[in-house]
Amino acid sequence: MNALLQANGAAEGDWREAGFGLYLHWPFCAAKCPYCDFNSHVSGNVDQARWRAAYRREITRAAELTEGRILGSVYFGGGTPSLMAPELVADILETVRRSWRCTNDLEVTLEANPGSVEAGRFRGYRAAGVNRVSIGVQALNDADLARLGRLHSVAEARAALDLAIETFERVSFDLIYARQGQDEAAWRRELDEALAIGTDHLSLYQLTIEPGTAFGARHAAGGLRGLPDDDTAAALYEVTQSLCAAAGRPAYEVSNHAAPGAESRHNLIYWNCGDYAGIGPGAHGRLTDDHGRRPTTAEPAPQRWLELVESNGSAMAFDRPLPAREQAEEYLMMSLRLRDGVDTARFERLAGAPLDPSAIARLEDLGLVETAPGRLTCTQHGRLLLNAVLRELLAD
Amino acid sequence: MTELAHIRNFSIVAHIDHGKSTLADRLIQLTGTVAERDMKDQLLDAMDIERERGITIKANTVRIDYPARDGHTYVLNLIDTPGHVDFSYEVSRSMQAVEGSLLVVDASQGVEAQTLANVYTAIEADHEIIPVLNKVDLPAADTERVKAQIEDVIGIDASDAIEISAKSGLGIPDVLEAIVNRLPPPQGERDAPLKAMLVDSWYDTYLGVVVLIRVMDGVIRKGDRIRMMQTGAIHNIDKLAVLKPAMLDTPELGPGEIGIFTASIKQVRDTRVGDTITHEKKPCDKPLPGFKPSVPVVFCGLFPVDTNDFEALRTAIEKLALNDASFSYEMETSAALGFGFRCGFLGLLHLEVIRDRLEREYGIDLITTAPSVVYHIHMKDGTVLELHNPADMPDMVNVAHVEEPRIKATILVPDDFLGDVLKLCQDRRGIQLSLTVAGARAMVEYDLPLNEVVFDFYDRLKSVTKGYASFDYEITGYREDNLVKMQILVNDEPVDALAMMVHRDRAESRGRQMCEKLKELIPRHMFKIPIQAAIGGRVVARETLSAMRKDVTAKCYGGDVSRKKKLLDKQKAGKKKMRQFGKVEIPQAAFINALKMDE
Repeated sequence: MNALLQANGAAEGDWREAGFGLYLHWPFCAAKCPYCDFNSHVSGNVDQARWRAAYRREITRAAELTEGRILGSVYFGGGTPSLMAPELVADILETVRRSWRCTNDLEVTLEANPGSVEAGRFRGYRAAGVNRVSIGVQALNDADLARLGRLHSVAEARAALDLAIETFERVSFDLIYARQGQDEAAWRRELDEALAIGTDHLSLYQLTIEPGTAFGARHAAGGLRGLPDDDTAAALYEVTQSLCAAAGRPAYEVSNHAAPGAESRHNLIYWNCGDYAGIGPGAHGRLTDDHGRRPTTAEPAPQRWLELVESNGSAMAFDRPLPAREQAEEYLMMSLRLRDGVDTARFERLAGAPLDPSAIARLEDLGLVETAPGRLTCTQHGRLLLNAVLRELLAD
Repeated sequence: MTELAHIRNFSIVAHIDHGKSTLADRLIQLTGTVAERDMKDQLLDAMDIERERGITIKANTVRIDYPARDGHTYVLNLIDTPGHVDFSYEVSRSMQAVEGSLLVVDASQGVEAQTLANVYTAIEADHEIIPVLNKVDLPAADTERVKAQIEDVIGIDASDAIEISAKSGLGIPDVLEAIVNRLPPPQGERDAPLKAMLVDSWYDTYLGVVVLIRVMDGVIRKGDRIRMMQTGAIHNIDKLAVLKPAMLDTPELGPGEIGIFTASIKQVRDTRVGDTITHEKKPCDKPLPGFKPSVPVVFCGLFPVDTNDFEALRTAIEKLALNDASFSYEMETSAALGFGFRCGFLGLLHLEVIRDRLEREYGIDLITTAPSVVYHIHMKDGTVLELHNPADMPDMVNVAHVEEPRIKATILVPDDFLGDVLKLCQDRRGIQLSLTVAGARAMVEYDLPLNEVVFDFYDRLKSVTKGYASFDYEITGYREDNLVKMQILVNDEPVDALAMMVHRDRAESRGRQMCEKLKELIPRHMFKIPIQAAIGGRVVARETLSAMRKDVTAKCYGGDVSRKKKLLDKQKAGKKKMRQFGKVEIPQAAFINALKMDE
């Protein structure tokens, strides 16, 4: 019996507004980048056959829990998924197709490093069914790549991009900006070059110093001089918005830019609060069943994860269902990142009450949000102050 | 009952750290008053805060039986007096209760300002004074220089000063002999009507209020009905004891003796230091001279950081007030800070002690607003208001003039720092009264407005003199000056908790400092915030806090939702530590930090 058919009430059916996707976490990297706070590990010796078996078991179990659903997206994230053997990717995707009905245009994204070794596997990934790659280029000058702890050069990155564009239908790449010593003119030049590469999707992140990373420690010790202050970072953000819009790839999310129709469907599931199964060490998920919408977590240590899957059949743990109010808050927090903003009726269904009209009016006066019938969106200015906007809207 | 000839009553006058408590400990130890196993350092400083700060807040007393070299056993009563200017009245009463003083001076440091004030109080009380040079075993000790200084600065003969080391015990027997031989015995008539002075009182959980007295004339016995002459209250003596320093019951106390009684008194504020105690039936003819009711001179608001702690704060304040008659409080409501109390203190140290005790002993986080003095507002209709809170200042059009309390400040400082000290006093509207230099040390006296001293003067003095200056003051009276209320407006709204009285000539610079400080202390908001200082309707200083430009998480995907949500919840909780003022949130710490000046 499909548990979902029994689900009723606003919160239980809410995920349908944004669909269903699958996230697969590959936790290994060739080296740990100093800014990265993701669950990644450096290991020279990975038994890919053992991992294949574990992914198979975990996928099969997730499919049982979400029986009858139509899968819209698969996303290989990490870590560095481009260290996976193409055969492993092919096996996983086969298991996925056997386990769920998939949409005709199933999006299958794989995060890739632009090193020459990884690029050598691109054809194999394509053959396995990957149709979109997201390449971690990060910078277009070698000095900054070295500072960011990247192992590739600009030349290698450009070669990898060329090959990717040739191989896959859809290609995106990441840049990190607001780097040490980066001024507006330098960033304009770099972004112009990036836009000229011609991919229809770009993720442009401002460098964030996270605690628990190498950069975090260096920054706390007074290092990393020359990071732009908030005012400069804001100016860099504005430059980014106007250059990308002028180049036909406007922002559709805080840090993501795409030509119309080229948006990441997988990430839109997150931002629109759909359901997603998270598989692999440390992966998070959100799955709705007749208990409600439940966050899932997985054991983060790779070896422990493998052992848990092998011994228990799963390493995924279910938290208690999110209260509708918290679901509403998550929805607001995620959807206001998007150009299209929040569906106010959906928020109200979840929260049981509308957004505070006086808070909206205050934010509107400050030019931070805009309203249209049934929608609330952040202005460009407001998106840069999203945390403050959320504090205002969610103040109790 | 002990014969008058075999009683000696004395106090110890000393600067902080000059070894008063250590000397007291040695006297107690050497005479076997306290068993060795019960000794702990600084026996008489009972409160944690006293031990930590090295100051005495409450008078403490110990009775020592000393078999002297002349073959008689003497009763020595030591009253350890509060060592701070805030408690100068209490000190003067303790001094009236004894006949002599040990003046303890650190032989390596010399005389300090607080010592001066207390030694003058002792001289006023007609004390015989025995100079004692402590720490003579330190390499830096310079006994001849310090003796000369005692003679120059204080004006008493130091030729027969006793040289000791309280730490090692050197010279302590000489001190005991000198107390017996050089201090006069008390006077008094055993057959006269009872006349005793209330020296101090404190609250004991088991006994209720304990009253420390010195009997001048007559005899007090357990079961007596007594009258407090100032308050008129009548009580039955339940318990009569001497302090060794533990209570030891005694059937009676006669002339010259010092001891305690309990009489089912519930609150310390029902007892007044300096009051005269006599028998209800056969009273003495007139009370002892010099009684003064205690009057708070410094006021500030105390608000709980967490508004839910208001009731806990009320309970804590009521409990503290039970044991401290000089501390006053009334409920106050502030638009910025919610419900709290306007509290009155004898001085800044008193304020800090009470605040520390509320925070430590009762675990309540407090916001302290700017300390203010009491202004006399002379209205045009001839009435006079006492202003405790600048926020309550009436409209200037109805005010004829304003008077503020002035002090006489005494500062002792090595002459290297004299210039800095003079500049500081000048900057605080001081008028120099005298300047004397003795050796390498200078003593200056200044007439200063109390409101210039009340907040951070002492901190500034310590910082400009690298801690070498000592400072003391007494309130001298009220004087008219050009004083105005300065409002601080944040985003065009007046913030009552930041209002202050300032001298008109200093309003601009003070206002500018406040605005600059607040600009650093208030976090950026989504909009720009004008911060203004205004007198009446006129803005005298202005700063603008520019709007926040960026506050967004760059990356947020499926794996980040829970984490970012927690971060948002934390930020929302952080908002609660701010006080909402109109549209602006002001951190609690800003209310006090805004007043600190980095001159």
